Amino acid sequence: MNLNTDSLVPRGADGQPLAEGSWHIPSMLLKSPGLLALGEQLGALVDDGEPVVVLTPDLSFSNGLWAFHERHPERFLQLGVSEQNSVSVAAGLATTGLRPYVTGFASFLALLCCEQIRTDIAYTRQPVRLIGHHSGITFGFYGTSHHATEDIAIMRTIANMTVVAPADHVAMGVLLKAYADHPLPVYFRMGRGREPIVYEPDDERIRPGQAIVHATGDDLTIIATGTTVHPSLLAAEELRAEGHSVGVIDLHTIKPLDEAAVVAAAQGSRGLMTVEEHNVYGGLGGAVAETLTDRGIGVPLLRHGIRDEYAPIGPPTHLYRHYRLDGPGIAEEARAFLKSGRMTSDVR
Amino acid sequence: MPASEGASLTTSSEVVERIRERAQFVRLETVRLISIAKTGHYSSTFSCAEILATLYYGVLRLRHGDPQWPDRDRFVMGKGHAAVGLYPILADHGFFDPELLDGYTRLGNPLGDHPDMTKVPGCDFSSGSLGHNLSVGLGMALGARMTGRDFNVYALLGDGELHEGQIWEAAAAAGHYGVGNLVAIVDRNGYCLDGKVDDIITIEPLADRWRAFGWDVVEVDGHDVPALLDTLLRLRDGAPAKPTAVIAHTVKGKGVGFMERDFGWHLGWLAEQDEAAVIRELKDEK
Ligand SMILES: Cc1ncc(C[n+]2csc(CCOP(=O)(O)OP(=O)(O)O)c2C)c(N)n1
Ligand SMILES: [Mg+2]
Repeated sequence: MNLNTDSLVPRGADGQPLAEGSWHIPSMLLKSPGLLALGEQLGALVDDGEPVVVLTPDLSFSNGLWAFHERHPERFLQLGVSEQNSVSVAAGLATTGLRPYVTGFASFLALLCCEQIRTDIAYTRQPVRLIGHHSGITFGFYGTSHHATEDIAIMRTIANMTVVAPADHVAMGVLLKAYADHPLPVYFRMGRGREPIVYEPDDERIRPGQAIVHATGDDLTIIATGTTVHPSLLAAEELRAEGHSVGVIDLHTIKPLDEAAVVAAAQGSRGLMTVEEHNVYGGLGGAVAETLTDRGIGVPLLRHGIRDEYAPIGPPTHLYRHYRLDGPGIAEEARAFLKSGRMTSDVR
Repeated sequence: MPASEGASLTTSSEVVERIRERAQFVRLETVRLISIAKTGHYSSTFSCAEILATLYYGVLRLRHGDPQWPDRDRFVMGKGHAAVGLYPILADHGFFDPELLDGYTRLGNPLGDHPDMTKVPGCDFSSGSLGHNLSVGLGMALGARMTGRDFNVYALLGDGELHEGQIWEAAAAAGHYGVGNLVAIVDRNGYCLDGKVDDIITIEPLADRWRAFGWDVVEVDGHDVPALLDTLLRLRDGAPAKPTAVIAHTVKGKGVGFMERDFGWHLGWLAEQDEAAVIRELKDEK
């Protein structure tokens, strides 16, 4: 459907559009294809006959649900700045046969509403979908209140919860649809909707619960999720150009984890490296480490991410560089890992 | 001069003029800093410029250059997204080097989009997640009581922020304990992120709600400096038995016509020529 985006354009004193470059909250959407796509994808689920109802706590421009509202105002619930309320309202809606999708900044959805999610949604087995966008440190200089480097860990430990972090909005669309009928809650972890595209629209490798193996490598396999998939692919290219044999896996479904893919990577590579925009504790790296330990697989593992600290102030791209979470940074970490003593003793 | 310890401030025209001038300074600095960050909360800050200036240049008992003075009045910014308007004031009070403003939001700078007490001298508490700071302010106000100090606590809240349930938990407790040294200032600019607060989820009858929770209520034009100053000084120098909610009626985007007319300017960025026009409008140069 073609949306009329005229109303999103900022205008000056004379009513004329402002200069190229000036933007405000509504027009920011035009710069965030991943968010506009989310609104459209949820709208498409309604078109498919799904009993979708979408809830937003005062964020319909910040997450693209404006586009959903344009198409299906009757399935849109605006609840104001009340995230905890929204989550419990969704639980109630779900008991009536509706399929609620609660959207919000990951920091507030996953952290602020943690107990409502656990007790009202997961324990009670309500098929509510939680979409946490602007996860990790995508918010840059908004600071710690707006960062979510704990959400994977929190959501993973909630029984009955599925945790999915798509690498781009193509994968998000496929996985949203794939989980549409899932009988239990799902947490979707998104970036800020401006991530580079990784997948072609008809990529058949994107399936719920199945890791996507972009490449295998004898020296190292990089396991990434969500926003770190694209920079990990760039890093692998850089490392290959230097003669290293490096694989990359997109582990978009963090729970349940594709254990076979992790085991295969551990058996095929001298070392594994997880890369996540998250604390290195409890998230992707933690999940992979648990899988390996459970099976007694002693492969060297580097868990790369935010090392149990709060990020400084800075623009997102600068923070990625600071934490070596951009392509060159991941390559640098990998290089050091490959050279380290840890990689010389092959314990397999 | 910033308000200093024990100074008895009157609503003299000099003080009022000074506050008005500092409010415009806040707006102009906001425009300058946002141009560095390439994103920021223009209209949220413009609506509370007079409130911030009145507090910091007429009401709060502070010591220049001494952000940790234990008897200072406290200010917590529930609507932390307006911090860009607070930083120039804190620098002006000698709490940190004004040169830090030039690196606003750049890597490693203490000044981000939301105030952070672990990084910014003079910032009495961190915020960014709406709804927390009235509870924090209540804790400070109770703490003053329990430690025998007589400072006041001022919490600036957005009207959309009042959607948050925690606000009303704090309101109930403050009313219950009769915490007279706590003042909540509601920036009643009518808008949150997605549109009109009262179209989204109404918060009316707002004054009655606060009263029902055991608070006194004063309604004031939040851009009328003499009225703000008079209201806040009465609260400071009286000894209220109850906490007070000052409902400050404001205009979101105040001072820039096109921002006053489009709630989307909650957040944004202006390209050079638009920024120049906005500065001219703020300086009243046509
Ligand atoms: C807990 C929480 N939820 C959501 C947000 C995102 N957010 C930032 S500002 C805002 C709207 C606030 O409106 P209001 O309180 O009226 O502020 P003002 O109009 O003064 O800018 C929202 C929803 C947030 N910062 N914190
Ligand atoms: Mg408001």
